[in-house]
Amino acid sequence: MGLVFKNETFRDDFTFSNSPAAIKRFPFPFHEDRYMYTVNIEPHIAGPKGSVYEFPIDIDEHYLSDMRDRALVLKEDPLRCQSLPHMLTAEWDLVELLMTSMSESYPEHFTLTREGDNWHWINRPMGIDQKFTFGDVATLPYRPMEYITRQCQGDFCLLDQRDGDLWMDAGIVSTQADWSLDFDVGMSFKEWHAPVPMAHEVGVFDRALKFLLNMQQGKPVRRLNWTMTINPRLDTSPENYHKWGKDRTTVTPENVGNKVHLRVELQGLWRLPRSNAIVFSIRAYLIKMDELVTVPKWGRRLHRVLKTLPDAIADYKGTTRYRQTTIDWLAKYDDGAPTSKGCWPD
Amino acid sequence: MLSTGIISRPVYPGLTADLKARHNLFAVEGEGAAAVLDLAKKTPPEFFTKATLLYCPAASAGKDYEKQIEARQPKALWTFPTPATVMFRLKGVLQTATMGTRLYVTGTEPFIGLALKEALEAGIDHKSLITEHRGSAKRRVQCVHCKGFTENVTTNPAKCGHCGLNLLVRDHYSRRLGAFQGVCIDAEVPGEAPAPEEIFP
Repeated sequence: MGLVFKNETFRDDFTFSNSPAAIKRFPFPFHEDRYMYTVNIEPHIAGPKGSVYEFPIDIDEHYLSDMRDRALVLKEDPLRCQSLPHMLTAEWDLVELLMTSMSESYPEHFTLTREGDNWHWINRPMGIDQKFTFGDVATLPYRPMEYITRQCQGDFCLLDQRDGDLWMDAGIVSTQADWSLDFDVGMSFKEWHAPVPMAHEVGVFDRALKFLLNMQQGKPVRRLNWTMTINPRLDTSPENYHKWGKDRTTVTPENVGNKVHLRVELQGLWRLPRSNAIVFSIRAYLIKMDELVTVPKWGRRLHRVLKTLPDAIADYKGTTRYRQTTIDWLAKYDDGAPTSKGCWPD
Repeated sequence: MLSTGIISRPVYPGLTADLKARHNLFAVEGEGAAAVLDLAKKTPPEFFTKATLLYCPAASAGKDYEKQIEARQPKALWTFPTPATVMFRLKGVLQTATMGTRLYVTGTEPFIGLALKEALEAGIDHKSLITEHRGSAKRRVQCVHCKGFTENVTTNPAKCGHCGLNLLVRDHYSRRLGAFQGVCIDAEVPGEAPAPEEIFP
């Protein structure tokens, strides 16, 4: 059976919400009652049926609304999508990865037919039927990366590998947790991670870089990252921070359940075959506190994680103004009972 | 000394002579001239006979550096009124530069950043540049909101010269843009910006 796509917004009236099924499959990121940076990379292999790990690229009930929000972001600010000239081969690699994965995982929604370089792509939810020549930019209405990522949930960066480093040389970033692709384009791995507090000192980036440089084709990996967002806003970009920043002052004990969202990024990494570049996908999942506490283990655990979070990390994630209000609200859902190991609901 | 805790900021290790270079090309601003003269004390005279210097006196105007450099008998010494005019000439020189040319840049950080951008555009790897910071710690800042560049920033926060927002100057540097990132400091409560302090004198 195909997915049923919801019609919802991530701005203005914020009608986004999760169905009970979407709550159940939410990638809750905390496997214990406290949080510290770790490399936490694992093989991106198929997970349980129905989970966000079932397929390499997860398409869910928010697909059409996500894509509509991306189109709005790009209409306002085309610099959210950038690619340095030497990244064109990697862009085509990305077209292949996403079209192949989406059509194999969701054949009722997406179809890809390939005859040599003559490709035929059908995206039924978005009403797209496109014949094109693989490798020929002139046969698509956008550059290859932009074309396919306007049809795929999640931000995507293409990392070039040279001189023993990874370089952020292309990307489409419209649902970011406060980092600017426009500023970071062309940076090395450690340079674009420069603002992250504490993690450099504990060697996280040294280990992660070493691991990624040795990634092989056909062996993708994944990790989770998280932050918090006020209102279900996907575009929490620094570019627009002067517009959405004041949301952070609107949290009161009465509206925590509806306004405060846990935002989890499922980050996937694939080695690409032609360019030897790496795809870095950042797929954001949002869940409001009211929805989160319907899973008792998650309510208890998030309360404990936020209480013990080092201040430097809490500040970097922008939670300073509403962290305590949220902890106080979550306290009602923490009876002190022990929580079971692992992330999944009991 | 500039703070070294900023991971995305380039390191400026100081001028050293590449004695194998066939042509030594210098972009020099302000107190950077003193760095060139210090280098001259440590190098054989032939080094400067293979040197072309593009020099903007800027904050060190009137200090007589020009004469002292001339005394080293460089192949050429060109003096320019502003960093922008240095960059225009640098671009032209780099277009016809031959193998064996070594680029040295010294002066304030914004000046080094601009020269580095020219070098990158000419296909020179940033790691092959020889750089030394001298003079003011002022920063060039890009507003992340309107994308405008504000020059000669010595305070934090600082006002964007284009859109007027109060910007927190973050310790995050883009080599491609030659600038630090400025992010609205009072976005959450407009008007609640701390008073600017002279942090980058």
